Amino acid sequence: MHELGIVFYIIRDVKKAALENAVEHVYGVVMNIGEVSTIVPEYLQDCWRWAADKEEILKGCQLKCNIIPAATYCEDCQSEFSTVEHGKICPHCGSEHTYLLRGNEVEIKEIEV
Amino acid sequence: MEEVKVIEIKKSIFEDNEKDADALRADLKRRGVYLLNLMSSPGSGKTTTLIQVINRIKDKIRVAVMEADIDSDVDAVKIKEATGIPSIQLHTGGMCHLDAEMTRQGLDNVDLADVDLVILENVGNLVCPAEFDTGSCRNAMILSVPEGHDKPLKYPLMFSICDVVVINKMDVLPYFDFDLEKCKEYIHMRNPKAQVIPICAKTGEGVDAFATWLLQEVNNWKNQ
Repeated sequence: MHELGIVFYIIRDVKKAALENAVEHVYGVVMNIGEVSTIVPEYLQDCWRWAADKEEILKGCQLKCNIIPAATYCEDCQSEFSTVEHGKICPHCGSEHTYLLRGNEVEIKEIEV
Repeated sequence: MEEVKVIEIKKSIFEDNEKDADALRADLKRRGVYLLNLMSSPGSGKTTTLIQVINRIKDKIRVAVMEADIDSDVDAVKIKEATGIPSIQLHTGGMCHLDAEMTRQGLDNVDLADVDLVILENVGNLVCPAEFDTGSCRNAMILSVPEGHDKPLKYPLMFSICDVVVINKMDVLPYFDFDLEKCKEYIHMRNPKAQVIPICAKTGEGVDAFATWLLQEVNNWKNQ
């Protein structure tokens, strides 16, 4: 439900980068999207097509999403485990003293010009 | 086709907003103005709760309200009529949340030299507002009994960023399968430090506790 807002942010940053690099047209945008970033890539694509085509510099520009698997780290037994599979509780020692290592990214990796 | 060149960017799309938010917070600190970001689902009773709270604190501190909605100004008008304090309406232009820049633009319409507390009533939504730092000093949210005690499990980010969770509509508790203790447990799983305040905005029950917390917060912000 918030993908359109995210798309406006991506467009703003891509246009800024295009301007800084004196780019005439952007053909592709590559995103790193974390598995637990709460973004649904399919919705992001739909919103992207609608919004990007309204911008001259982004007409027809493809959005590619690399999905970053989420991993959580356990402070007690120093192990790493899959966040989606186990949540916040460490499957090795049962500890709740854990934090997210990666998987929350909503990042523009690169643009193709 | 022309040759395609790749420009590496490697930048979180939230980065600019986080910088804007920190700058706004620093500015508010200098001016001695406390900004509360109040969030909830649509229909949880944000506006009714605000009216109750404001009427309890408006003689002690100077309050203003910014109402953010996708459209209409019913909430801003209602607040002004029921409390007499300055209340402005912001339209998000279809967006489901406010970011720091939109908040700053809204604050430009508030006479900051003449207020101690600005309450920002964010768009009714438990997802997007949680992702965008508005530049507020604290985040609070209202969860109402009919929504169910499992909401902290379904919207983890919202509950993990809130310093206070107000539980509204306690008067209808007998008619719903809402378990207050379970709800507290789930909230504390997301944020062990979150304060939980059960209220009934319609009757005013419990609202004093929320008002006391808010007065204390404003006082600390101005004096520390």
